[in-house]
This record gives sequence, C-alpha cells and structure tokens, in this order.
Amino acid sequence: MSVAPTLLSVDGLSKSYGGVHAVRSVSFELRAGEILALIGPNGAGKSTCFDMLNGQNMPDSGRITLLGEDTVGRKPRAIWRLGVGRTFQITATFPTMTVRENVQVALVSYGRQLFNLWGSTAAYARGEAGRLLDLVGMGAYAERPCGELAYGDLKRLELAIALANQPRLLLMDEPTAGMAPRERIELMRLTARIAREQSIGVLFTEHDMDVVFEHADRILVLNRGSLIAEGSPEEVRGNREVRAIYLGEGLVYDARHREGAGA
Amino acid sequence: MRRRHLLGAALAIAMAGMAGNAMAQSEIKIGEINSYSLLPAFTEPYRKGWQLAVEEINAAGGINGKKLVVISKDDGGKPADAQTAANELVSSENVAMLAGTFLSNIGLAVSDFANQKKVFFLAAEPLTDAITWSKGNRYTFRLRPSNYMQAAMLVEEAAKLPAKRWATIAPNYEYGQSAVAVFKKLMSEKRPDIQWVDEQWPPQGKIDAGPVVQAVAAANPEAILNVTFGADLVKLVREGNTRGLFKNRTVVSFLTGEPEYLDPLKDETPEGWIVTGYPWYDIKTPDHDKFLKAYQAKYNDYPRLGSIVGYQTIKAAAAILAKANSTDPEKLIAATEGLSMPSPFGEITFRKIDHQSTLGAYVGKTALKDGKGVMVNSVYRKGSDYLPSDAEVEKLRPKD
Amino acid sequence: MFRDARLRRASQLEGQDLRLIQTLILRRREAPSRRMQAPMFTEPGPPMAFYFVQFLTGLASAASLFLVASGLSIIFGVTRIVNFAHGAFYMLGAYVAFTLTERFSGALGFWGGIVVAALVVAAVGVLVEMVLLRRIYHAPELFQLLATFGLTLMVQDIVVLIWGPDDLLGRRAPGFKGAVDFFGQNIPSYDLFLIALSPVVLGVLWLLFQRTRWGVLVRAATQDRDMVAALGVNQKWLFTSVFALGVFLAALGGALQIPRDAVHHALDLRIIVEVFVVVVIGGLGSIIGAFVAAVLVSELNAFGILIFPKISIILVFLVMAVVLIVRPWGLFGKPEAAARRTPGLTVNPWRPLTSGERSMSIGTLVLAAMLPLFAGNYALTVGSEIAIFVIFAASLHFLMSVGGLASFGHAAYFGLGAYGVAFLAKAAGLPMVVSLLLGPVLGLLGAAVFGFFAVQLSGVYFAMLTLAFAQIIWSIAFQWVTVTGGDNGILGVWPDRWASSPSSFYWLSLAVAALVVTVLRVIVFSPFGFALRATRDSPLRSEAVGINGKRVQWTAFVISGAVAGIGGALFAYLKGSVFPDSVGISLSVDALVMVLLGGVETVSGAVIGAIVFKAANIWLVSQTDLSKLVLGGFIVLMVVAFPKGIVGTLEMLRNRRRSTDTKSALATSQVEVAE
Repeated sequence: MSVAPTLLSVDGLSKSYGGVHAVRSVSFELRAGEILALIGPNGAGKSTCFDMLNGQNMPDSGRITLLGEDTVGRKPRAIWRLGVGRTFQITATFPTMTVRENVQVALVSYGRQLFNLWGSTAAYARGEAGRLLDLVGMGAYAERPCGELAYGDLKRLELAIALANQPRLLLMDEPTAGMAPRERIELMRLTARIAREQSIGVLFTEHDMDVVFEHADRILVLNRGSLIAEGSPEEVRGNREVRAIYLGEGLVYDARHREGAGA
Repeated sequence: MRRRHLLGAALAIAMAGMAGNAMAQSEIKIGEINSYSLLPAFTEPYRKGWQLAVEEINAAGGINGKKLVVISKDDGGKPADAQTAANELVSSENVAMLAGTFLSNIGLAVSDFANQKKVFFLAAEPLTDAITWSKGNRYTFRLRPSNYMQAAMLVEEAAKLPAKRWATIAPNYEYGQSAVAVFKKLMSEKRPDIQWVDEQWPPQGKIDAGPVVQAVAAANPEAILNVTFGADLVKLVREGNTRGLFKNRTVVSFLTGEPEYLDPLKDETPEGWIVTGYPWYDIKTPDHDKFLKAYQAKYNDYPRLGSIVGYQTIKAAAAILAKANSTDPEKLIAATEGLSMPSPFGEITFRKIDHQSTLGAYVGKTALKDGKGVMVNSVYRKGSDYLPSDAEVEKLRPKD
Repeated sequence: MFRDARLRRASQLEGQDLRLIQTLILRRREAPSRRMQAPMFTEPGPPMAFYFVQFLTGLASAASLFLVASGLSIIFGVTRIVNFAHGAFYMLGAYVAFTLTERFSGALGFWGGIVVAALVVAAVGVLVEMVLLRRIYHAPELFQLLATFGLTLMVQDIVVLIWGPDDLLGRRAPGFKGAVDFFGQNIPSYDLFLIALSPVVLGVLWLLFQRTRWGVLVRAATQDRDMVAALGVNQKWLFTSVFALGVFLAALGGALQIPRDAVHHALDLRIIVEVFVVVVIGGLGSIIGAFVAAVLVSELNAFGILIFPKISIILVFLVMAVVLIVRPWGLFGKPEAAARRTPGLTVNPWRPLTSGERSMSIGTLVLAAMLPLFAGNYALTVGSEIAIFVIFAASLHFLMSVGGLASFGHAAYFGLGAYGVAFLAKAAGLPMVVSLLLGPVLGLLGAAVFGFFAVQLSGVYFAMLTLAFAQIIWSIAFQWVTVTGGDNGILGVWPDRWASSPSSFYWLSLAVAALVVTVLRVIVFSPFGFALRATRDSPLRSEAVGINGKRVQWTAFVISGAVAGIGGALFAYLKGSVFPDSVGISLSVDALVMVLLGGVETVSGAVIGAIVFKAANIWLVSQTDLSKLVLGGFIVLMVVAFPKGIVGTLEMLRNRRRSTDTKSALATSQVEVAE
C-alpha cells in the first residue's frame, strides 16, 4: 500500500459561513486504490468538504492537490477532466435518455466530442458504454428509459457514468443513501471491487456505519468542521471521542440493530 | 406523416378558391383590405361608408350592367398579413383591383405587392407621402389628402400667427417624424424668423403625458405643433388642460378635427386649436347633403371622416371600372390618370403625375358646443392647391 | 408547535423588507415637508421647481404601474404563474369602471364605481382561476403563460363586442379636477392623490402580509410551496384568494386610470410589457421590489425624455437588461431554486426515425413538392409561408425543447435575418442567392451577442431577458427611420427571376424547410445534441461529466438564432418587404404557440405545430374579424385539453398501446435480471 502514489492531498482546508466554521483546517491524504470514508454527524461539514474537493465550493483557505495539480478555484468540470468521477447523494442522471445514452454522454465528453454536430451519438462508443454498464450489472437495462429505473439501479448507473472518464479517484457523496440494506452492501462491494481492480482511490461520505466499517480502508471523522479522528476502522471504532459523539446522537451500533430489525 | 397536414390544408384552400371562380361572370369584384380588428374605431365608419357606396352603385344598375361585389379582408394591423390577404384576393378571388388600407405601412406593403404582381391598387386612407412619391409606383393611386397636403394646409394658417417660439409633439415613428419634418420645412420657408425650442417624441400609443407636457411647458413655446392622435391625444389633452399647457398658446394639430379623434375628447376638447378635419355638421353643399342623408338613413348614425373615405373609395373604384370597361390593370391605370368625379367634398381628380387624388380637407378651429368638441370657422381646402409644383413632384417620384 | 415554528420562520424571512418599507414610507412622509421648506433653502427658481414637479409626475405614473405590478408579483410568488392576462384584467378594470362611473353620478358614484369595478373584475379573476388555471398549475410555467395569453386575445375582442370600438373618455375624479400651483408649475391634484395612494396600498399590503394569518400563509407559500401543503392549509383556496387579490390590484390600477387616459381595447398590451419590466427589475415575487422598480421605471421615463427624447422606450429595456445581467433575480428578488421539471419529461427517450417512418416522411415531402401541379398561386404562397414558419418554429423548438431555454424574443433573430436580407438586397444590391446566404448572418450575430448574456440565466428570467433584447431591436427598427425605414419598412425586396413564380418560391421554401428540419434533427441526435439535452436534464450531472453547460447553451442559441434568421431571410423575399412586425412580440409569441401546440417534449412536433397554427391563423384572419377571440379560445382549449401538444398526444396514445403489448415481456426480463 505504501508504494501507491498519493492521489489527493488536502492541507489546512477551511470554510466559514457568516462566522460559523463549517470546515476548520482539515488535512488528509488519499492514495491510489485506497477507500477512504469521511464520516461525522449531521452538520459536521462533510458536504462542505466534499463540495470544495469537487469544485462546487470555494475554500476560504487551504490547499487541495488532486493528482499533482492545485485545484482550488477550478470548476467541477475541470476537476473531472483531471480524472475524478463523482456520484451524488441524490442521484443526478439524465432522465430523458436511455441508460446507455446516459453513459454515452459522459463518454462523448471524455472523448472531447461535445461540439460535434454531425456524428451519431447512438454509434459513439457503444461498446464501451455497454462494458461499463455490464461492469455495474446494468447491461440488461441498457435500452431502458433512465426515468423508469428504480432508485438502486439509478445509483449503479451513476457509478457507471462516474467511471466513464477512467477516473483515478472517485468522490461519492453518501453512495448508499436511500437504498435498502441489501442493495447498500451490494453497491459498496461492487465499488470496492472496481476500485481494487483498477487501482482507483475512493473517498466517500456515509451515514451507515455497517457500510463504513465493512468497506473503508481508513476513516476520517469530522465533528463541527474539525477532523477529530483518523485511522483504520478498528482504531476509529475504539476512539473515545468518536464514540461520545455518536452515542450522543444515538447512532453507531444502535443503528445497526434498529435497521436490522426493520429489514 | 408530418407533411400530410400541409397538403390537406393547401388542398382545402385551393378547392375553396376554385369554387369561388364559378359564378364570377356577371360580377365585378373589388378586393378590399383594412385593419378591422386592430382599429375598429376607425375602420367601422369606413366600412359603413363603402357598404353604402356599394348599395348605391348596384341600385343604379351596377358597373356597365355588372353587379359590383366587394370582398373585404382583415389585416390585423400587420403588413405581412395584409399581403397574404392581397394575394388571396388576387389569386383566389380574381378581383379586378385592390382597395383600402388605413395604416401607412400596410398601404406601402400592399402598394409594393401591387407593383410586383401588376395589380391595380387604390389606397384609401394611408397618409404617408412615400406611397405616391418616394415609393410611388404606376399601379398605386391614393385617395385621402397626404401628410404633405395636411401639413401645407396647416402651415398656411400657422404662418399667420405671431408666434415665433415653436415646440413639437409627435409620435416617434415614420408618420410622426415625417409630419414634423414637412411642417418644419414648409413653415421655415414662409417664416424664417421662427425658432424651434423643443421637440417631444413619445412612443406611439405609449405616451407618458405628464412628463411630456411638463417638458414642453418648461421650454416655454408660444405655439405647439401636435401630431399625436387617438388615446395618446386624449392623455395629452387631459394633462395639458390640467397643467395649463395650452393657456395662452396656440396649438396646431394634425387630423384632430376628424370626428374619430375629436369626439372622444367630449367636454374636455381644448378650444382654439387649428386643425384639419371633417365638420360634417357644418358642410352645406348639395353633394354632401345627399351623402349625409343617405348615410344617416341607413345607419342612424353620423359619418366620420372614414365614412367619407370608404364611400368615395368605392365610388372612385366604380368610376374607374366603368370608364375602363375592362379589368386589365393597364387599362385601369389609363382610365384613372386624370379622371375627375364628384365626391361629397366636391369634384376630385386623380392626378396623372403622382396618382394622388385632389380630395381636400377642412381646416378650422376647435370649439366646445353643448359639451362636445366641434370644428368652427371651417373652410374646405382643395387638395390641388396644396401640392408641390410638378417639377418638384417629378424629382420626388422614381421613374417607372 | 411544528406548524408555528415554520410560520415564525417564514415571518422572519422578510423582516428586511419590513425595514425597507418603513424607510420608504418615512421618506415619502418627508416629501411634503421638504416642499414647504424649499423656499427657505433653495432659490425659488423655475428650474428647480420644474425638476421637482417632473419627479412628482414620475411618481404619479408609478402608482398604476405599481398596483398592476404588485398584483402580478403576488400571483407569481405564490402560484408561480406568469400571468400574461394581467394586462387584460387591468383593461377590464378600466372598462367596468367607465360603465359604473357613467351610470352613478356624484363623488360616491365615482369612487364607489372604481372600487366596485375592481371587485367585479376580481370576481372574474376568481372564475378564471377556478375554471382554467386550477387545471394547469402543475404544467410547466410556459403553459400557464400561453393559457393566459390566449385569454388576453379573447378579452381584446370581447371588450370591443361589449363596449364598442370607440375610445371612451371617462369622468374626471370629483374633487381632483384641478391642479396645484407650485412655483409656477402646475401639478394635477389627481397626480398628488395617486402619489399618496401607492404608499398607502403598499402599507395595506404589508399589513395584510405581516399581520394576518392569511398573509403569513401567503409568504410561507412564496418561500416554499411544499411547506404550505405540510401546514395542512387548503392550498386551492389560498391560490384562488391570492389570484383574486392580484387581479383586484390590476383592475384597481386600470380603474384609477380613467380620469387620465382614454379607455380602449389596446390598453392591455400597452401596460403588460411595462409591468413585466417592472416586476423583473424589482424581482419576481417581491412587492417592495415592484414598488421600487415602478418608481425607477417611471422616473426613467420622466427624465429620460428630457435627455433622450427619442429613445425613452429603449432606455427602460436597457435598464432591465443590465439589471438581469448584473443581478439575474432582480433588485429585491431571491435566487430561484432549480426550475421545475416538466412533468412527463421522464417518460420516453427520443429516438431517431425508424426506416419506415423515414420513408414515410420522404413520401410526404415528395407529395408536398407536387402541390404546384394542382394548386393555385394563393395556395402556393400560403404553402411557402407555412414552410417558412416551420423553419422559424423548428429553430425555437431546438432552443426550447432540446436546450430547455424558452426564448420570449425569438422573433428578434427572425427579424434580423429579414432585415439582413433587406439591407443586402436593397442597399448593397446583391443577388438573391448571396443575400439569402448572408442575410441570416445578422441573425446569427445578434444571437451570438444576446445569447451570451441570456444563457447566464434560466427559466422565467431567461425568457424576460430575451424579451428585453427583442424589444430593444424592435424599438431600433421602429424608430431609427433613416436606416430601417421605421414603421414603413423596407420595400421592394422581391426574389430574382428564377424564384419569382409562386411555385418556384414554394419549392425553394419547402426545400430549405426540409433541409433545416433534417439538419436540426441530426444535431439533436449528434453528440452536441446529447450534451445540450444533458445540460437541460441535469446541470449538476452534466457539469460533473465535464460539460461546459453555458458554452453548449450559447452554441445552441447561436444555431437557433441563425436558423431563425434563415426563416426571416426567406420571409423577406416572400413578402417583398420587411417591417418592424417581424421583430415584434406577437411573432415571438406565435412561435411559442407553434412549439407548444406541436408538443414541447417531441423531437419534431414544432413542424406540425407550425403547419396547423399557421394554416389556422391564415384561414381565421381571412374568414373573420374576430380571429383573436377564436384563436385565443383555441389556445386555451389546447392547453387545458392537450398539454402535450398534437404530436405529444399522438405519441402518448401510441406508447400506451405499445406498452400494454410489451408490459408482460418487460416483466419477464426483470425477473431474469433479478435472478
């Protein structure tokens, strides 16, 4: 592991809104093939942090080095061009297109054909789109209208779209939110498998601690904008401060039992 | 599948056209176009006027024994729609000539169409000088006294005034701009001592009358030229009255004496304005009496200027068709050039040189009578006296 | 408790507005006292007095504008309806007030007549809301605009049928007939009344919104529509009451104009555009914004005529354009949440024509090309006109359906193409082929410049900015007589000999239309077309896959403008002339109607929409003087009965049939996948 190159390096990242520190001097690194979870209670600053990495939000101070480039102030699309795939907490896909076309749009963009007025999109990278859909287990749905998909399938489609630019880093904001427990585990297994096979680094935020502890190589814990713990799942699980926060919220192991009972 | 609708629509139109042709033997058809839906206040009296003329003509045996039929179309105030209508009248209805129009731009559009398609066109009401001069063509004739003629009639009176400081208020489009330009030019020729101290160009139909009146008053002119009309005029008069703009100032105003524009002012009609117009209540000639009686008998209403224009348009068309005894456009042109005929205003002639008729207008002063606006001391001004010399007209008009 | 907390939050949100209103009211209160002090501090000379009176006059003009604009703003804030019929209600208010004040004499008759007129029209508004708008609240914003536009058309004819064609002069207000002398300047006392009235109305509205439960609900609904549903309020009646209030204000604004204006059937269009400008500058949904913008616009008019007497009309649109560019949501508006998704947008992905459909299209094209064999000149010219409008509608459709950008001023580019041809053919004397090729470039350039700014916005604001640009171009065409010929246009732009016969011009138009529709179709399915649809479907996702949405939309705008320019170029030759009409609002609206009629969610619905609309329009104008009434009724019916448009409805029927066939097959495949 230690020989793998650093994909993402965050140094002293801060952001405040009207005197409230949403993110306070956060620093961490992510290496190729590593799966890193960013957790913390509601309002801990996970989303703000994520948006700054993704270019949707401008940090007040701090450095973000993605694949060797300083990305502070760059637009999301520029960051995508560096080789970063992205999925959203609430899926963002193109509802008026078929499943295959959704992936093809990303491939068109990756192939820099966006201003091609004359070609046929249907024929463009059809095979590659099919391969990506097969990879996430959506091959059989390729010709279905995206708007008809079940939520879990949309999540898998989003993963396929995120993989279209052969990313070296995936940013996944609550990848399993809104899914049934069985689906969650399936999706994260799939993600982990792809990440390991292709040596892609994954940074994800997550509420479901089962998912986090099962799949993350390393965990970052945010609370009130500050990084309070960092380490392997075992280390974080044993951290007293983390336990205090989560027990205060009535989460962690309780949550597992409750959800397990519901399933 | 997509274009089948086009085909169906076109077929329906084509068939409708063919059905119309079958019974055209004993009739002569005139195609008439006007802005009926956009300007009903002006075009309704006009329509009544021409309908009366049609009735009279057919009661008197038609045109050389043939029944006169007028097919009337609405242009919605749009030049493009007027051309579509003109095309329908010419191509599908096979009319002998086109007539009508009120707005200058529509008159010009139809005139250009007539020139291109070689169809005779008798423009009824448009005022623009362009239609007989700068954009004149051999197929187009015009009945109503033009902008230039109205200006010349007003200048004659205005030049007699002692006023030296003048301001103008005109709607900011071609009509207003050219009315002011002609008035200024003719006025400055007669009175080189005149100063133009302010000009206001409110957007047509959207005058913000308060500020305009205020601004004109601030320039402190001795006399004012007004070219606004319709609702703009009402607002201008109301603000001007309240703010005392017209106190101790003479106003010279285009068309304001026409019942169409004067009547809506009711008891707020400003007194003493020098205007062109149509004092139907004051005209005591046999020609006009006859028209007035017939009109009032048929409609139980008094005529507006539009009624005269509509009536005379069709009367003129009938006279032209009767003289030419043909529907060939060339023969119609030959018949019209120099043709004289009676009208409620007296005899008029279609000039050969520029195809303008010599129909004139009444010039007088506005006054209040029984809570209504009227024209007093009106004098009929013959159109022939207010046109430039032939040499000048030759220069203005493009060679055919 | 939950309920109260939310309400409280909503009431706090506009605390800032409250302070602003207070300062404005205070400032207003100071005005008279400043006047009294004037002799002590300033030289009592006419110029100072003149500017002050000019300022007051501007304020008086602002009063009616504010009443109407605040009504529009309130309605938009809660129901998200851009009520085009607001001008019609204003006009109805004036007409009804005219009738009542003529019937009942005395001061009571006058003032009572004004108020009762506003109430009567508000009742009409309630009827409209219940019968028409309730059915279409969930349709995309444009449909409501279209329905209310249809209503406006109908009202224009209806008032003439009821009140006759003549301009009507209403009574002067009893007690406010004269003027007040102010250092030699006369201020009509009615103006002073109006100046005093608008802050009073503002204050009453403020009390209504701040101090009543109903007002708090309305503000909550303005903030968040779903919140109101959660509050357990009867949303239907909330909407109806808000609409009634908005209409009441519009009608009151109209009724109060009768002592200053003539009552006539074009009042509606005269005010509606200006009101849109005011509401957009002030910020949609903001009453205080409407107030400030009404004052701003009126003062701009009052002082603009002193400095730029000839371009006062452009000035207002320039200010609106600048405001929208700098502060897209208006001076007092709040940034809009993401635009509502078109319902049903998720259903059927677009697909290219199957080979069967393609040969059918070619077949019908061939049939259409055979028209000259049996149709007369008139039918051919109508055919040419329809083909040209197919081009125009297709260009707007590309921007609107594919790009998700509904332009309200698309005629600008059509007209620029037409003027381009006219300049080249008349001024430069170029042959027809060259003019036809180069003329549309003017449309393209216009689209490139205006499109750059327009695509920075979306939704209603995009629509309004495109409208402002179109109005600027229209004003230039209308008023710059030396170059454009103004209202009288440019004449004599007739085709060269080879295209001058109706049949050859028809073939030319048909060929260009077929080519344009085909090319646009190809672009829809090209990578660019997908990028454009991606930007429309999900700005978030498209940005996250590297698509520069603004650049894609700008490119689409330029393509669309150029195609519209091609239509305009042909139109100039068809008519042999160009007039400012071809840049006008009504042409822009015609194009919108064509697209919506064909079906906004279809690939080529605009083609059918243009054919049906144009043919119906030409036929109606030819057959009846009441074409506006019939056309308006048709539009309203269409919106209510077939919101998907002609082609959309046909496709829906076909898909419904197909889906019953395939449902079982799909079910099996799902089971297989699950295993």
